[in-house]
Amino acid sequence: MENPYIPYPVRIDDIEIATEDKSLKTFKFVFLNKEDEEKFSYHAGQFAELSIPGIGEIPIGIASSPVEKGFVKFTVFRTGVVTSYLHNMKVGDIMGIRGPLGNWYPWDKLENKNVVIIGGGFAFTTLRSSIVYMLDPGNRSKFKTIDVVYGARSPGMLLYREELFEWEKRSDINMHITVDGTDDPDWQYHKGFVPQIVEQNAPKADEDTYAIICGPPIMIKFTQPSLVKLGYKEHQIIMSLENRMKCGIGMCGRCNIGKELVCKDGPVFTLEQINQTPKEY
Amino acid sequence: MKFISIDKNDWTRGIDKSREKYQLFGPVKDENGCLIKKLEPDVQPDMGLHESVMSAKSVIFPQTEKILNASLDESIENHHIMQRAKTDYSPRAVLGIRPYDAKAMELVKLNFDTKDFKDPYWCDAYEATVFVGLGITKPGPFDFSTSVGTGPFCEDGLDVLLADLDDTYLAKILSPKGEAYTAACGFNAIVDEKESQALFDILRKEAEKNIVSQVKIDKLKEKTILELHEADFWDDIAFACINCGTCTYVCPTCWCFDIQDETKQKQASRFRNWDTCMSPLFTRHATGHNPRGTKVQRVRQRFMHKLKYFLDKYDQGIMCVGCGRCVKSCPVNIDIREVCHMMNSYEKQD
Repeated sequence: MENPYIPYPVRIDDIEIATEDKSLKTFKFVFLNKEDEEKFSYHAGQFAELSIPGIGEIPIGIASSPVEKGFVKFTVFRTGVVTSYLHNMKVGDIMGIRGPLGNWYPWDKLENKNVVIIGGGFAFTTLRSSIVYMLDPGNRSKFKTIDVVYGARSPGMLLYREELFEWEKRSDINMHITVDGTDDPDWQYHKGFVPQIVEQNAPKADEDTYAIICGPPIMIKFTQPSLVKLGYKEHQIIMSLENRMKCGIGMCGRCNIGKELVCKDGPVFTLEQINQTPKEY
Repeated sequence: MKFISIDKNDWTRGIDKSREKYQLFGPVKDENGCLIKKLEPDVQPDMGLHESVMSAKSVIFPQTEKILNASLDESIENHHIMQRAKTDYSPRAVLGIRPYDAKAMELVKLNFDTKDFKDPYWCDAYEATVFVGLGITKPGPFDFSTSVGTGPFCEDGLDVLLADLDDTYLAKILSPKGEAYTAACGFNAIVDEKESQALFDILRKEAEKNIVSQVKIDKLKEKTILELHEADFWDDIAFACINCGTCTYVCPTCWCFDIQDETKQKQASRFRNWDTCMSPLFTRHATGHNPRGTKVQRVRQRFMHKLKYFLDKYDQGIMCVGCGRCVKSCPVNIDIREVCHMMNSYEKQD
């Protein structure tokens, strides 16, 4: 068995500023060894440890999609030691990636189902991965309707704007983009908080409809009642959690919620599962 | 099962002989009380020291351990590519430990050696180690090992178990590793198996009689995690705690760790260090949000992990061998035996 602490060496291939305040950047990495890319075979919803030698590691959701080949992408918010260092790195720099880690959204279970994706702020990375995966010509027919509710503080804080507006034009996905507020007179999408937009626009639940939520704790907290009003049961609400992590492989002991480890048994849980564990996230 | 008699006059000569093939570790008295340390060539294990403050876990899981390194010098090939740090995993023997310290390593193995991932540092060190325990004839007042399924003559996880018979050690060989180690010492006076086992049984029963404290763990399994997590006694238990983390460091079954990087000139190293769930930093998110930000939450985490989460996750008993080190070392007298009693006997009030 391979040493799970050794990262695959990667080169930064591209860096894109992701939001108007420049607090988020999207990094595109290319594996130095082609065979590592195959070993790094992942599912939408998984995460990886970005590993900078001498600085440290950070667990980040994978923003690229399994159907995109030749690179992996991560969108990173500048907040601590490692992310600040990463934001100052440049194209061509060598670092490492460890993963893929954790479980993923339950794609087998979601086949032939209606899927509602709900995201807020910069917790849209693995959701972007999921949407690209579902919209892939080879996969789209596996799912029934797809709805996306995505909100940010302002238009300039929405991630992946170009893609969002392209999806908006498509007929095989229902986009409900929203911002908390804007003074842009040309803004043609929703205004309002995610829970309210969910209540007004998300489809009512039948037994074939599942919701995937990813966002800041406050958004998750207030979106749950909206989904309950629409008839979603606990097992139909799928969430991705975050906790402080170090090893990412279930050994270092800090990310647990009860006996479940967010890094290994998660990060994806149903609300039904989460309601059976202490809420230590 | 094979038994060997070792004349104490031959003991030092034998283990010195084993140093040709093995690094030795054992109890040594120092300013910190008794610790299990690596024995330099001129140092002998102090076999009379049963009350070691620390367990033998550091032999497998050092307090600080370099796991990876990389060169940051861009002029050389493979710069910024991390590789496993070189560590000596030649055979080692840890002598004179409390028998249940080896059982503790078996419990910790469940964390580091899994079907999905193997921690190569822990596994390689465990593989390289021979555990030689010394049966405890006079258990201390904090020892509650018999209540948690181990005991002063517990054999689980040991390679050799010694019984102190004043002038001699009677050694029970428990594994091929133990066989190889005693052979390397030149200890080969095989004695009658039946008689020896009978003697071990007598010593074990005598020792077990001297254990004065008991805990009950029989009802922990049937309670739900949420029921115990929401129980009303956690504030009282945590009230005196100063979150020093001593309990976690002296515990033979606590394994939580941190990973930290360090750079010296052009050399980057990644280290693994012991961590403690008593520290607020252990779980604090980069945003400042902390899911276990209060003392009560952290104290509850420690006991819930040991006495409930581990039990439910692996179904191999609780994560405690009953050594009593945490009870003895706690500066504010928090006692896992009392907490265990409260959890085991808890009935939710409607």
